[in-house]
Amino acid sequence: MGNRLRVVHYLNQFFGQIGGEDKADTEPLKRDGAVGPGVLFQGIFGQEAEIVGTVMCGDNYFNERTEAAKEAVLAMIEGYRPDLLLAGPAFNAGRYGMACGAICEEVTGRLEIPAVTGMFPENPGVESYRKSVYIVETKASSVGMRDAARKMALLAVKLARGEPLGFPEEEGYLPRGIRRNFFGSERGATRAVEMLLRKMKGDAFVTEYPMPAFDRVDPVPAIGNLGEVTLALITSGGIVPRGNPDHVESSSASKYGRYDIRGVERLSPDSYETAHGGYDPTYANEDPHRVLPLDVVRDLEREGAIGELYPYYYATVGNGTSVAKARGFAQEIAKDLVRDGVKAVIISST
Amino acid sequence: MFLELGRISIEEIEWGRKTSIEGKVLRINRKELIEKARGGDPRITAVQAEITRPGESARIIPIKDVIEPRVKVEGNGGIFPGLISGVETVGSGRTHVLGGCSVVTAGQIVGFQEGMIDMSGPGARYTSFSKLLNVVLVIEVKDGISRHEHEEAIRLAGLRAAVYLGEAGRTVKPAEVDRYEVRGPFWSSAGGSDLPKVAYVCMLLSQGLLHDTYLYGRDVKTILPTLIVPTEAMDGAIVSGNCVSACDKNTTYHHQNNPIIEELFRREGVDLHFVGTVVTNTNVTLKDKQRSSDYTAKLVELLGPDGVIISKEGFGNPDADVMMNCAKIEEKGITTVLITDEFAGIDGGSQSLADTSPKANAVVSTGNANEPISLPPMDRIIGDIRVAEKVAGGISGGLSRDGGITAELQVIVGSTNELGFEPLSSREV
Repeated sequence: MGNRLRVVHYLNQFFGQIGGEDKADTEPLKRDGAVGPGVLFQGIFGQEAEIVGTVMCGDNYFNERTEAAKEAVLAMIEGYRPDLLLAGPAFNAGRYGMACGAICEEVTGRLEIPAVTGMFPENPGVESYRKSVYIVETKASSVGMRDAARKMALLAVKLARGEPLGFPEEEGYLPRGIRRNFFGSERGATRAVEMLLRKMKGDAFVTEYPMPAFDRVDPVPAIGNLGEVTLALITSGGIVPRGNPDHVESSSASKYGRYDIRGVERLSPDSYETAHGGYDPTYANEDPHRVLPLDVVRDLEREGAIGELYPYYYATVGNGTSVAKARGFAQEIAKDLVRDGVKAVIISST
Repeated sequence: MFLELGRISIEEIEWGRKTSIEGKVLRINRKELIEKARGGDPRITAVQAEITRPGESARIIPIKDVIEPRVKVEGNGGIFPGLISGVETVGSGRTHVLGGCSVVTAGQIVGFQEGMIDMSGPGARYTSFSKLLNVVLVIEVKDGISRHEHEEAIRLAGLRAAVYLGEAGRTVKPAEVDRYEVRGPFWSSAGGSDLPKVAYVCMLLSQGLLHDTYLYGRDVKTILPTLIVPTEAMDGAIVSGNCVSACDKNTTYHHQNNPIIEELFRREGVDLHFVGTVVTNTNVTLKDKQRSSDYTAKLVELLGPDGVIISKEGFGNPDADVMMNCAKIEEKGITTVLITDEFAGIDGGSQSLADTSPKANAVVSTGNANEPISLPPMDRIIGDIRVAEKVAGGISGGLSRDGGITAELQVIVGSTNELGFEPLSSREV
């Protein structure tokens, strides 16, 4: 049995059978052997692998105290000297997905053993971790447990045994945005002519490199006279009231803030700071106008160069924030601005 | 108008007294080859000639160009018009090809974007040139001459050597004869056929600074896009002067054996009508890019095709040209397919192209040139292994003491060729 793989399984409070939302603050803890869905996994592994331990943590605890939770969970996992880690599957549970992704990333990076998790494609954990972690595609809820467990177990064993992996659709994992070379059965020129014949006919064809989706926006005509216009300020440079009341994340922001600046003439470093984790904050914190030019806009307002400044500004952090998220923020912000008759916006980035 | 390509199959090359073909053996008078290659060029100080064979433990580095020996037997002009022969229009009559062999030019590095060929091992699979009998010319030039002089001296020496070897095939009866018949764009409509009409846009690198291509001897930086008869390329009307990244430079051999042209001829009258070929340049300024892509789209429109294949050379800056060509042709209601390689980073995790267009929805990928590759030591090194870390795609510290190389795929000549010469591709995992 020397060759039997040692597996640790990570679960949240719910699948770890500790409790529901009321137990989401549970600190990391461990149990020897398989727990909950682990029993199903063990059945699939048979003699191939053994779940030697299960590490559990409440979803809120993990997401609110991520660094501390990661360290504690990692230490518990390492204590079992595993050959591989399974996490979840998390299905469409967002906080659980983020935890599974984070732990898998830590384990592969720091313990240098393979890790596999499972999620529904729309779980936010997919967007955050699919590039660094093998995530098996699952259904949205635990009705897909059996199928998810089978795919995760097979993939995990392959990874742990160092066997070559097939393409994502063969192995069941979500494409990780990584380009890998392979030898096609025909040379490129032949493939090109085939593709052209299909495209001309209107038949289905598959491009070999889908263009990254860039949202290009046609500029609207210049306003001309700004004297009557309400202007708003937006920044992705993270300028927030000191203390970051909305907890806008320092990277991969999941939210933006809307801040009242009625009567605010200047952004003093005592009252504003940046929440951005992607650049040296020293200079923005010294003088927040370096990122959000409120001072100049107030001058323009006084001079009558613009009608008035919109009473709120919007701020988020553009550090690794996904395009999909940013688009969502913009749609909501634009709704406010249009409703309130704003005609011009200055957006400052870093 | 037609061109017959008489294919002479060369299965062995030996040094001999007289340069001649006997059966499938090419015998070469080594001294005469060297003399012909030098051609009295005072810039060349030494030429060494070597033969490499498929499967051999041999590595050639750094390589400038690969050329197929051919000879014009009937019809106007000669091989490599404007550079070696006169400027008469080529592409008709009969040409003999010494198939299965090539001339490879190597020796002192010119820029730093030259590459290598391994004749065996894992690297061999990435380039069709490992499957050829290669006559390698290691050419040394005078100290102190400019890089441009250096490039030109070596380019012409390689062409002269290929013409010299091609001459040996003049009176040989070819094993096969392929006939390529070229008709004007309006021929197919006269025939009442409802097969789709297809044109080809061949983008040639022309950025200056050793990134140049020649059409009838003319530097294509200075041309407006123009029409060529595809058989002209088979007679060497397009010559590479590129010291760009080895993986996606179109060598002269690639132009002579353009796989898109071959494929379109093969399907002519079966799946499609091949209505014409536009050659365009890839210059560095925005104005040049705009002018050439406008002009290309206009010429394509005049040919009246339903669809167009666009091939590319190089990466980064040319990504802008290929996207402009694609978008402008698509805007005319003409369907396009692009062929490009990718620079997705060593980990494959980055965006592959420097420019994109939503119109470019049909793309053939010829592989991620950044993907690392490990190449074992070879018994025989032709050229200078010390440049292995210096060439584009070389990795600092990538040359081990035993002669093994870790580098990006980029270093292998033709590995991600954007005419679609190789089967390599890339996909998301």
